[in-house]
Amino acid sequence: MILEHIGLNQINGSLVVLDGVKNAGYEEMIELRLDDGTTRAGRIVKIDGERVVIQVFEGTRGISMKNSTTVMSGRPMEMKLSPEILGRVFDGLGRPIDGLGDIYPECSRDVNGSPINPVSRVYPRNYINTGISSIDALATLIRGQKLPIFSGSGMKHNELAVQIVRQANVADGDDFAIVFAAMGVKNDVAEYFRRSFENANVMNRVTMFLNLSNDPIIERIITPRCALTAAEYLAFELGKQILVILTDMTSYAEALREFSSSKGEIPGRKGFPGYLYSDLASLYERAGIIEGAKGSVTQIPILTMPNDDITHPIPDLTGYITEGQIVLDRGLDYKGIYPPVSVLPSLSRLMKDGIGAGYTRDDHSMLSNQLFASYAKVQDAKALASVIGEDELSSADKLLMELGREFEEKFINQGYTENRTIEQTLDLGWELLSMLPKSELDRVDEDVLEKHYKPKA
Amino acid sequence: MSENIIYGINGPVVTIKGETGLSMMEMVYVGEKRLVGEVIRLDKDETTIQVYEETTGLKPGEPVYATGGAMCATLGPGIIRNIFDGIERPLSAIAEHHGAFIACGCSESALNEEKEWEVVVTVKQGDVLHGGDIYGECPETPVVAHRFLVPPSLEGEVVETAPDGKYKINDTIVKIKDKKGNVHELTLCQRWPIRIPRPVKKRLPSQRPLITGQRVVDTLFPVAKGGAAAIPGGFGTGKTMTQHQLAKWCDADIIIYVGCGERGNEMTQALTEFGEISDPRTGRPLTDRTVLIANTSNMPVAAREASIYTGITLAEYYRDMGYHTAIMADSTSRWAEALREISGRLEEMPADEGFPAYLPSRLSEFYERAGYVESLSGNEGSITIIGAVSPQGSDFSEPVTQNTKRFTRCFWALDKSLAYARHYPAINWNTSYSEYINDLSDWYYENVGSEFLKYRDEICSLLLEESSLMEIVKLIGADVLPDDQKLIIEVARVIRVGFLQQNAFHKEDTYVPLQKQMKMMEVILYLYHKCRDVVAKQVPISKITGLGLFDKLVKVKYDVPNNALEMFDDYKRDIDKALDPLLR
Repeated sequence: MILEHIGLNQINGSLVVLDGVKNAGYEEMIELRLDDGTTRAGRIVKIDGERVVIQVFEGTRGISMKNSTTVMSGRPMEMKLSPEILGRVFDGLGRPIDGLGDIYPECSRDVNGSPINPVSRVYPRNYINTGISSIDALATLIRGQKLPIFSGSGMKHNELAVQIVRQANVADGDDFAIVFAAMGVKNDVAEYFRRSFENANVMNRVTMFLNLSNDPIIERIITPRCALTAAEYLAFELGKQILVILTDMTSYAEALREFSSSKGEIPGRKGFPGYLYSDLASLYERAGIIEGAKGSVTQIPILTMPNDDITHPIPDLTGYITEGQIVLDRGLDYKGIYPPVSVLPSLSRLMKDGIGAGYTRDDHSMLSNQLFASYAKVQDAKALASVIGEDELSSADKLLMELGREFEEKFINQGYTENRTIEQTLDLGWELLSMLPKSELDRVDEDVLEKHYKPKA
Repeated sequence: MSENIIYGINGPVVTIKGETGLSMMEMVYVGEKRLVGEVIRLDKDETTIQVYEETTGLKPGEPVYATGGAMCATLGPGIIRNIFDGIERPLSAIAEHHGAFIACGCSESALNEEKEWEVVVTVKQGDVLHGGDIYGECPETPVVAHRFLVPPSLEGEVVETAPDGKYKINDTIVKIKDKKGNVHELTLCQRWPIRIPRPVKKRLPSQRPLITGQRVVDTLFPVAKGGAAAIPGGFGTGKTMTQHQLAKWCDADIIIYVGCGERGNEMTQALTEFGEISDPRTGRPLTDRTVLIANTSNMPVAAREASIYTGITLAEYYRDMGYHTAIMADSTSRWAEALREISGRLEEMPADEGFPAYLPSRLSEFYERAGYVESLSGNEGSITIIGAVSPQGSDFSEPVTQNTKRFTRCFWALDKSLAYARHYPAINWNTSYSEYINDLSDWYYENVGSEFLKYRDEICSLLLEESSLMEIVKLIGADVLPDDQKLIIEVARVIRVGFLQQNAFHKEDTYVPLQKQMKMMEVILYLYHKCRDVVAKQVPISKITGLGLFDKLVKVKYDVPNNALEMFDDYKRDIDKALDPLLR
């Protein structure tokens, strides 16, 4: 029996309140039918007896207390799935918008997903060669990892993401696919990604979910969930290697804040709801590999740090959930260095078990440790130089300054289309370290030094 | 009593209207799917329940079933080697029956009810037993003998015992008659409410260190068995890594590792790694003494709040058997945030940063469950709590860090700049402290050597001097310092890089016995004193640094194996050989 409820009892922002509803389920989907024949989707977010609070995805503009009827669907938010979703474009709620018609679903899944049982996870070990030195050598990306890019407005995070996609995985062939979710990004950014995927000839292996900056913000809360549901389906049921790009997580979190405050919830830090951590985790933790399935879900969320502040709640909480981060630096960006990866705060937590003999090369971990340690010393020398001037530095510090410059210009800096092999990257690292006297290299064993340390005569 | 039905739903919080007959903190099953929940607020006409699972699809009008008891943990053989979620459901059994994703409402009994244990009954008919007494035991793993304890509230005379042999956990092996004449059947397992500490006979002073094999911990900031320590640090500073290292190498008999709101892949890593590494003392895999509790960040938030209590209850149970247990909670901030989240849903008045006003009292209740005790059966046991704290924005002034500091006596502050330089463990020696050092001094004196604490104090003061010298160096460079101060900087570098920094991935360096720690300090200070004499003779410091002695000591941690401590004498001889000519 389908019941229609005529009229509403209260409208407040994107939330509407309906009385006298029996048998409503928590998080059930509803449909609002307006008098003019249009429909809007909504979801039940709170139940008090027969009074339910509904969140309307497309916004409540034009709805009055009288002109609508509400129909319950009896089911939570679901995403229709089939292998055909590759190469298609959807809106933020998972409805096709590319004009190619509906897909014929083989199954549908609850967009909220279920937590992966830690016992059933496979510990990720398989490294992904991105061809970008700063990432491969110092913050290695591992299949099944969630590695966000912390950026700021105006920096080249989109280019970096595209370069990773182009260089990393295309070589894998058919098994590889991309799920791209845009949340609150500008139309030209989405367009840039689409064009880049086309140029790289992978468009038929991309599923796009677009919630652009002028789309209703309340849909934005569902967008990454749709994308990840699609990714899980492709990875764990169809056995593909999936790379999920979520951009921009900052817009997502702000949408969540707006939604939370309209529900009248008690705000936490900077007005974000107290459950921001749990909410972000419910997205990020959907990356991984599970036992018995061939595929994997790797996530690269992109977020722009408000005011470049890494202690802002969004990057802060993200960093606590994800397995490392790639931080972009405005100073390097100004110098024209691409990709402007700030090496010291960047980190890949899964790196230690995915590198070394059998994966990359046996000297990799010592090299990266030494590069980090030496580059940290470069920062000390720089700080000193800014006080007393570079000319006054000791010869050891001058050498460090020189190393810092070379490191930034040769190692971090590389072309947008330059694809370095891991050997090239590691050898380049040794070449730079060979500028220093041997006694400075305290993180490296003697026999490895023997093999790779080649000071210029 | 009328049937209880759901009235309202808001996230994990469910309300019931009207008189319910439920009691505070009673465990209930919610809805047709029988989701696990707990009563958290009672009102004359409204009862509030927090649900430990996803509430999606729940409807008003569905029933709520009372269980009549508080949220309990099942205690019995089979806990060790297992991995549980926050409310003690066995995750491997769930994976077996429900697949790779955790579905709602899956009920599995905590312990394997079919497995048979080789039981020895240690009491006979006519014995009088009191609460906490041991009535039998079985080998739970090759290194842990599981002792069966009379529930604390029970006492009486043994009227019947079963012969030794194989039993399942619900089989009765002993019957006792209490004073009123009621006969109680004792099986291999019992239940205990997780929020109530198990009683003990008396608390004893904590005077023995928890030896971890980590130099910066054992030497500079030791924690006592029965103590509590906090590890605060921003993301990427190595909290989890440090916790893993402690769980692997510390000399507790039982390790309870609670992954509270952390990453799924990290739990998987712990699971695989602990199975591969063997315990240096027993030679058996570490899993033979370890229990994992995994409530990852995407698992329901209310169960995250409970996971800490489940963990400490398991720890108390093994403590009562006479074991030294250590519980690693990673991270208590996530637990505090779960409190905040639920408090927000209850529309309670928030205090600092939105945390509920009862945060400090909850934290202190938890940390006070640590201790070195004499259990009811007269055994000595202890619980050491090591809690990680993840301060928002790496700001140690936030409420969870500040309140934790009040209730722990050991504080290992992780430092971002050390982590950036890949100095691990990134425990900052200037901001960390341990109040246990005086309590433990007798133990160190008797068991390691009379010199140990003297060396430690000298190392500390050298590091302190270095940090004040570095202030000057930062402003005007190292060149202007006089030679004796340059020497301090040079020695402090050896201490930092050669001693405090420890490589968890190096075979010899991942665990270092106390004797080697002492020898390392000894040889570093020996070099320092010698060099000080040389510098006093107006020999320029460049002459000393050119000899390579400092660099050699930096690598001593790798070059001297843990079982060849006599090699340190060679180092001293080399130092003599190199420096004596300069002294003449």
